[in-house]
Amino acid sequence: MLDITSLLEEIKQRPYTDLSIKTPHTGIIEFTDLNEGDKVKDASGEFKEIPGTKIAVITREKNPRFIHACQKGIIQKLHKQYDKQFVEAGVEIGVLRHFLSKEEVISILLQKALHLFRAPERAKYYFAPEADKKIKISGSRSITVTDGMELFIVSRMKREVPLTYHGPEGIIYQVYFKHNQNVDVNEPLIGICPPDQLQTIEDVISRVNHEWKEQI
Amino acid sequence: MDLAKKTQQLNDRLNYIKDIFAGKHQDDITLLESRLNEFKDNAAENVEEAVATLDDLFGFMEKKLEAKLTPMDKVRIVRHPQRICLKDILENVYDNYTEIGGQDEHTNDPAVLIARAYITRRYGKKTYNQSVMVIGHEKGHGEEFRNGGSAKPWGNAKALHYMHVAETEGIPVHTYIFTPGGDPVEDYPGAGQQIAKNIYEMAGLSVPVVALISEGGSGGAEAFGLADKRLMLSHGYYSVISPEGAAAIEGRLKRGERASAELTEQCAKNLHLTAQDNLSFGYIDKIIQEPLLGARPYHYDFFRTLRQEIIRATDEIMLEANGFSLFNFSKLRRLQDPETNLDETYVRWHIKRKRRSDLIEQRQNKFMRMSRKTYINRQSILGALSDTWAEQWREVYNRLVYDFYHHQRKHYRRLWEEIEGEWLSIKQKTAKPFKDAYNKVRRIDPAAEEELTTLSKWDDESSRNSAWKWVSPKAKEDRAVTCPNSAVHGCVDLWAPDLYNEFAGVCTNCGHHFKMEYQWFMHNCFDENSIYEFNNEWEAGNPLKFPTLDERLKEAREKTKLKSGCITYEARIDGIKCVVAILAAPFRGGSVGAAEGAKLISAIDRARRKRYPLIIYSHGTAGIRIQEGTHGVIQMPRVTIAIRRYMRAGGLYLVLYDTNSFGGPVASFLGCAHYQFAMRSSNLGFAGPAVIKNTTGIDVPPDHHNCYKALSRGHIQGVWDRRDTRTNLKQALLTMGGRNLYYR
Repeated sequence: MLDITSLLEEIKQRPYTDLSIKTPHTGIIEFTDLNEGDKVKDASGEFKEIPGTKIAVITREKNPRFIHACQKGIIQKLHKQYDKQFVEAGVEIGVLRHFLSKEEVISILLQKALHLFRAPERAKYYFAPEADKKIKISGSRSITVTDGMELFIVSRMKREVPLTYHGPEGIIYQVYFKHNQNVDVNEPLIGICPPDQLQTIEDVISRVNHEWKEQI
Repeated sequence: MDLAKKTQQLNDRLNYIKDIFAGKHQDDITLLESRLNEFKDNAAENVEEAVATLDDLFGFMEKKLEAKLTPMDKVRIVRHPQRICLKDILENVYDNYTEIGGQDEHTNDPAVLIARAYITRRYGKKTYNQSVMVIGHEKGHGEEFRNGGSAKPWGNAKALHYMHVAETEGIPVHTYIFTPGGDPVEDYPGAGQQIAKNIYEMAGLSVPVVALISEGGSGGAEAFGLADKRLMLSHGYYSVISPEGAAAIEGRLKRGERASAELTEQCAKNLHLTAQDNLSFGYIDKIIQEPLLGARPYHYDFFRTLRQEIIRATDEIMLEANGFSLFNFSKLRRLQDPETNLDETYVRWHIKRKRRSDLIEQRQNKFMRMSRKTYINRQSILGALSDTWAEQWREVYNRLVYDFYHHQRKHYRRLWEEIEGEWLSIKQKTAKPFKDAYNKVRRIDPAAEEELTTLSKWDDESSRNSAWKWVSPKAKEDRAVTCPNSAVHGCVDLWAPDLYNEFAGVCTNCGHHFKMEYQWFMHNCFDENSIYEFNNEWEAGNPLKFPTLDERLKEAREKTKLKSGCITYEARIDGIKCVVAILAAPFRGGSVGAAEGAKLISAIDRARRKRYPLIIYSHGTAGIRIQEGTHGVIQMPRVTIAIRRYMRAGGLYLVLYDTNSFGGPVASFLGCAHYQFAMRSSNLGFAGPAVIKNTTGIDVPPDHHNCYKALSRGHIQGVWDRRDTRTNLKQALLTMGGRNLYYR
């Protein structure tokens, strides 16, 4: 059984991910004015149309291309020894430390703690009438699902077929799809939580919501 | 006297003065404020005398400040919530009205108000109720839901619908323009497209149209502005762009930055947007004098004047359109006398059916006469004479060949076709037994059999089997180029000599079209040595003496070797002759001013006279050239009228968009085309993302103006690959168009 509390402690010990910044192709690399320890932003704007902070310029065949920060964080390392040098593709030119946000931590915990039931094909998904009625009245956590239970209706181009749940028994902790929206194949539909772990998971999530301090 | 009410009125007058002068003339304002406060504090004694004194002081100050009004102050006047609005006009100018295009916020667009109204006139013992269709922008008095009078596409569509209703019912249309500009929302059919439709349809409306301009903001104003009589309020403005917008462009401000007050004030002055300026340019017919510092809802005398002027304008159109008879002449004389009370005279508001086409022609001619000497024509006298002679000769030729010979020939051909059809049917029936017998004994030609029974071979002649005739100078650079879609589609870098030469600027992986020069279209889509350029001596000028424009034009001329942003020429595609106009993006962003407008009109007329199809290729246009002010914006109705005349004469008009096309041209002569196509990766719309953000506060997605979005919302009819342009153009020439094209 997964010990979610120790998992959280583990994340707390290391509340960040180190992302390696690599060259997309060969070329002469030229760093911007950034230094180690500087903060960088990721892509912003309502449509992520404004690129993140410019880290370096790589020029190949007189064609300069910018390397932007893909996440917000701080520059942990910058291999300035490559500045104005020719580099191969895939060479690490720096390390970006990205501090985990509340949502990211919760997502990591849930992905490890829950059993994800995924969409078998691209379609619109609805709960079967009985389950739907219960969810509307008492919420999704009021339903305990068992292997072989007819839980969903798959709707695609006016064709509606039932879909049976296969997996461990548990309650529906998280619903990932929305009404009347298409879900791509292999995307999670629901997250199932074993009944004995429900309390622990809820406590841990609540702790994350209250205690987690976002560093940047 | 109601003291509280009077105090409130004076307070409102003071606040109005403060608002419109925005921090200027502080001494005068402080004096008024202190006197008003004194009056409020000591109001108990001799109230009437105190009120009269204060009223006089306000009157005196208003007169003093009126003389100091700057163009920007007038802009603030028309935008003020205390300014008269269309509902005030309906209440005070017309005798009765019924709102028909919705009610307050319960309408598809509260910025557009439509009403059926009537004006009652008494002549002798008789009373006449004369119906009109009133259409206009409604700003309200600070009502948020009115969107400041910025009409959405469906608001303009609603207005157009009721213009047609008026046409069906044979009643005049009165339009009231109170708009800072059209709302740049690009929902169906697109803001620019709907304005273009309005302009196009108004050019052919067979009932009289009187327009009154208070706030005439560019494209939004033009949607209601193509009228037989254009009146303007003395404190109004009519401009190609708002002073703030012009300041943002002149100051090269980034998104979100605000222009300084001084720069905005300077731009308002340089744009020459006042009623007096527009009257001197000839873009309006008359100025209606407003009370000091602009009309407000309590200026009842002003509404009386306005009513008289609206009646006078409508009467004049009626009399002029119905032709000059003895009675009409004397009525016109009476109308011109300012002392005449028009409520006590009567002119029937009806145009005879056979005179309706004259009314349309008069309206169109009126616009075609505008803005004639606002560009530089370096053509020699001999050249001009030769052109005039050629035009006249062409007119005579057309009369003889198309109007007489072809007309008669068509008539006899139809008769002959009917006879021939009958004869063939009899012949086939009689000859059938003999033919069947012959076919049985006939030996089949092996070559013909092979041709009919085997697959055809690739036709090398029709495909492009050699390099492009014109190659971009960018192909000479030894460098690689990254496709902007590489992150999404994984496109590899392309080598510039390949990309800009053989690939015609198209990514081999995702099909993204890189920007190419207008010469690529000019030289690769038409037959070799078939291009004959005309009017290349016409040069963009600086009619408003806009600061630094002369230098910028000179720089553009030197850089591009062009004299204006429009190139017009005759050319052939597989032998099909056509007239082509290009809006060239390198020359001042392809903006359209008086010279470009004149060149376009000349090209359209040439296509009409010669019965050639017309192609306008928008290599790129940023809109109307703002530095030319109303000289630029008036090109929207002018060129659209020329297009309408051409299309009504049976011409085929095609528009092809490339790179980025925005603003006035899209909202008029480009957007009104029945057949519009766009090159892949091009963007088109009414206003760019920055303008949408500034005016509406909405962030639009990066692909909001993409050609495929324009195709989805029904603005354009197709998206073309650059490499197939020539083939597609030929296909379009063969499958679309009116009945009078000579090559059919």
